[in-house]
Amino acid sequence: MNKHVKKLTPETTDLSRRSFLVGTAATGLVLGYAGVPGIESAAAAPANFEPSVWYAISPDGLVTVTCGKADMGQHIASTMAQIVCEELGAKWSDMRVQLASNDPKFNDPVLGAQITGGSWSTMMNFEAMSRAGAAGRIALTEGAAAAMGVPASELVVRDSMIVHPKSKKQMSFADVVKSGKATKTFSPDELKAIKLKSPDQYTMIGVSVPQLDIPSKTNGTAKYGIDVMLPGMAYGALVTPPVRFGATVKSVDDSAAKKVPGFIKAVTLDDRTATTSGWVVAVASTYANAKKAAQALKIAYDAGPNAKLSSESLLDEAKRLQKLDDSGQFFVKDGDPNAAFGSAAKVVEAEYTTSINIHAPLEPMNATAEFKGDILHIYSGNQFATRSGAIAAGAAGIDPKFVVMHQMWLGGGFGRRLDADMMIPAVQAAKAVGKPVKVIYSRENDMTMDFSRPLTYQKVKAGVDGDGKLIAISHDVVSAWPTARWGIPDFLTPSVDKKGPLDSFTVNGADFFYTVPNHYVRAIKNELAHNATPSGQLRSVAPGWTFWAVESMIDEIAAATGKDPAQFRISLLDGAGKNDGGAQRLRNTLLAAMGLSGYGTKQLPKGEGMGVACVSSQERATASWTACVAHVAVAPSGEVTVKKLTVATDVGTQVHPDNVRAQVEGAALWGLSLAMYEKATLKDGGIEQTNFDGYTPLRMSQTPEVAIAVIANGEKATGVGEPAVTVVAPAIGNAIFNASGARVRALPITAEAVKASMKA
Amino acid sequence: MPTLTINGRSLSVDAANDTPLLWAIREQLQMTGTKFGCGAGLCGACTVHINGEAVRSCQTMLSDVAGKKITTIEGLSAKGDHPLQKAWIAEQVPQCGYCQSGQIMQAASLLAKNPNPTKEEVVAHMDGNLCRCMTYSRIQKAIMRAASEMRTASATSSERRPT
Repeated sequence: MNKHVKKLTPETTDLSRRSFLVGTAATGLVLGYAGVPGIESAAAAPANFEPSVWYAISPDGLVTVTCGKADMGQHIASTMAQIVCEELGAKWSDMRVQLASNDPKFNDPVLGAQITGGSWSTMMNFEAMSRAGAAGRIALTEGAAAAMGVPASELVVRDSMIVHPKSKKQMSFADVVKSGKATKTFSPDELKAIKLKSPDQYTMIGVSVPQLDIPSKTNGTAKYGIDVMLPGMAYGALVTPPVRFGATVKSVDDSAAKKVPGFIKAVTLDDRTATTSGWVVAVASTYANAKKAAQALKIAYDAGPNAKLSSESLLDEAKRLQKLDDSGQFFVKDGDPNAAFGSAAKVVEAEYTTSINIHAPLEPMNATAEFKGDILHIYSGNQFATRSGAIAAGAAGIDPKFVVMHQMWLGGGFGRRLDADMMIPAVQAAKAVGKPVKVIYSRENDMTMDFSRPLTYQKVKAGVDGDGKLIAISHDVVSAWPTARWGIPDFLTPSVDKKGPLDSFTVNGADFFYTVPNHYVRAIKNELAHNATPSGQLRSVAPGWTFWAVESMIDEIAAATGKDPAQFRISLLDGAGKNDGGAQRLRNTLLAAMGLSGYGTKQLPKGEGMGVACVSSQERATASWTACVAHVAVAPSGEVTVKKLTVATDVGTQVHPDNVRAQVEGAALWGLSLAMYEKATLKDGGIEQTNFDGYTPLRMSQTPEVAIAVIANGEKATGVGEPAVTVVAPAIGNAIFNASGARVRALPITAEAVKASMKA
Repeated sequence: MPTLTINGRSLSVDAANDTPLLWAIREQLQMTGTKFGCGAGLCGACTVHINGEAVRSCQTMLSDVAGKKITTIEGLSAKGDHPLQKAWIAEQVPQCGYCQSGQIMQAASLLAKNPNPTKEEVVAHMDGNLCRCMTYSRIQKAIMRAASEMRTASATSSERRPT
C-alpha cells in the first residue's frame, strides 16, 4: 500500500556513509543485504558502520538501534537494543535507541508492515534482531582480524572490545569503525546460516539492564507527539459533534471566534477516509487561543442516523442477532454441540456482557502536520505507521508515498494509536492555513471520539454428560468488529462455514485449549454498534471479553457439577489432539498461580474467597500462558474489595525479567480497572463520559498487591503486554462467587449486581 | 506582558492573563516536561510547584502566579538528580512516562514537608495523579526510597555540621 519514495529521509540521502542495507521482505524472515552502489571503502572521513538497517555504529563506538515498533511504555526500543546487543557483543552503556520513520525498510520482518500490537513485537523480531547483531559482530571481528593481522577465529568479543588473547592485542568497536575495515556484507543465505547463541550462552538476554528511555522520562526531556514544536506553527483545537459518528456539519458561524486574538480560521473537515464525521478545527496562534476560538464557534449539525442510539439499544440489537439461526460466521466448528445438548445430563446457559470501554491514554490524541515541497510530514506517536500514513495521505489528497511519518514516544497507546483520526484535522488545517499545525484533542474530544472497546454480548451454552464430563460448548460473540473497520483483508480470517471473512479480533480466546469434543464459536457482527460506535483494539482486544465468558462459564459448570473449579480446569487441559503442548503449559501455569497464592491451603474468613482463571491470550498461535488467582472480600452490601491478585505467566524466554514483571503487573491492573472501575455508556448517539470524573480508571488507593510468577522455560519468547489483562476479570468474578455465592455476568462489576445476585 | 518567575529565572510571556499557566509554560517557554492530560484538574499530569506547593497548572491562570515562584520538572534539580528522580530510575518506574513529571512534582511537595511519610500518607497525597500504565506500586517504592535517601543525607550533613 505504502510504496515509499526512497531518499526522503536524511538516513537514506546521506550516501557519504558506507552502509549496508537489510531489505525486509514482506514474506517473512528473509533478509537481503544490498550494498549501496558506488560507495567504496576509500571514503575519507570516518563513517558510521551500519551492518543492518536496524542499527549503526558511529566512530565513537555508540551503537544506535532504530526501533520500528511504537514505544508506548513497553520499552520495546530498549528491548530491541538488548537483543541486538546480545549477539553484537556491545557494552550496554554504548547502546542508544531512536524511533524509525515509516520507510518500509523498517517494516516488521514477519508482518511486513509497521504495526505495533498483539503483544507480537518481541516474538516476531527476536530472530531478526539477533541475526542483525550477529552479522555486525562477525563483520567487526573480521575487520579487526585484518587490522591486527591475526586469524578472526582467535578473537574474543565482549563489551564492545575485540581482543586477541594470545598477543594481548585489542581493538574497540570504535577503533574498527574508524579503521574502515568492517566491510563484510551478507547474502540472505549467509545471514540465515549464522549460528546464533544458545540460551546458555546469553549474557544480556535475561538481564534486567537499565531501560534506555527511562532517564528521559524522569526529567521532562522525552519528546512525545504533543511536544513537537515547528517554526511558524499554528495550533488547532477540535470541536466534535454530540454524536460519536454519523453527524454532518450544516453551518459554522465564526463571528464570535473572529474576536479571539490570534484566531486564524475554522476548518470543517472533508474526510474522505470516513474516519471522522462532523469535525471542525479552530486554528489559532496558540493552543489557548485555539481553545477559546473553538468554544466561540457556533456549529449546526445534522446529527445523522445514530442520534437516537444508546448502550441499551445496541445490547437489544445484539440479543436479537444472537437469537437468529443464520447470524454471523463460525470461528470454531468442532463436532455438533446441538446434538450433544440433546443427550446431555445437564445444560448450563448464561449471558455475559461487557460495556463500552475507553482507552484514555494520558497523552491526549494529537498530531502535527507540515507540508514541505511535495512531502507531507506528520509528527505523531502512532502504532500503525503503514496504515496511518495512508490515512494522512487520504486526508491530504496525495499519494501515500509522499508522506513521512516522524515517530515520537507514545504517552500511552493501549491500541488507541493504531488509529489515525488525529492526523486528519492536522493535515486539513495545515493545508487550509498554509503553515504547520499541531492539533491537540481536549480530554473531552479524546473520550467522546475514542475508537472504543465495543460493547459485547455473549451467550454460552454448555452440556455435561452423566459422568460430569463437559461434552459441548456453543458460544456466540456479538460485537462491533474493530479490525474489519481497517479494510485490510489480510487482518481478517476465513470463516469455518465459508460464509466470508470474520474479524477474529472479536473471538480470539474462544478457541481455547480445553478439550471439548463438540464446540461451536460464532462471530456475529453488531452492525448497529459497528456504525454508531466505531470500535478499536483496546489492550488485549477480544480475549478481554471472550475469556470473561469462557472462564466464568467454566466455573459455573464446575459449580453445577460440584467440582473444584481449578481441578476441573486441570482435567480439561489434558492436551488431547490440537491442544497438545499448549494445554499442558497452561495447566502448569495454573498450578504455579495456585501455589503462589496458597489456593485451597487455608480456610478464608467469612465473606472472602479465591477465584481462578487461566487464558491462552492473545491468539492460539501467539499465546502466553497466563493464570490468575484473585482473592476478594465481599461485604453484605455487595461491595467488593480485591485483596490480592496472583498472576503466573509462561513467557518462554524473558529478555528483561524486570520489564516482564512491570508489563504483567500493569496488564493485570488494567484487567482489574476494566473489571471494576471503567464503564462508558452511549446515550443519544454520544458517549456520556467526557473526562476522568465520569470515566474512572484505577487510582493508587484502589491498587491491591499483585504477586507475579514468571515461567521462563527456554521456549520462544512470547508477549507480555496484554495477556494478563484478560485473566483478571473472570478470576475476580469467580472469587466473588466463592466468597458470597453471587454470580456476576456483566462488566464492570457493580456492588448492586453482586448484592442482587446474592439475594437471588 | 506577564512575567513569570520560573525555575529561578524571570521570563516574560506573550500571553493573556487568563491563559492557563500550563500552556504558557509549554508553548511560550517551550518547557514541555509539564504535560497536558485532562484540562480539568483530574489527572495531575500538569503538576508544578507554586511557592513550593503542588498545583495543577491547567487550572492556574497567569494572573494567579504574579510574583510567585514557579518550579517545573525542568527546574526540580540542576542535573535531573533530585533524590526522587534518582529513585524513579533505580526503581525503573516509568512505562510510557507521560504522567511521571507530574507524579515526581506531586511527590516532591510531599517529601519537602514530610520526610518520613507512611504508605497511607503517600497514597493520600498521590491519589489525584493518574497513571494509565498503572505503575502505582513502583511510584510508591520510589517515593519511600527517595525519602529514606533524603533522611540519610540530611542526617549525614547535620553530623558534619560544625558545632
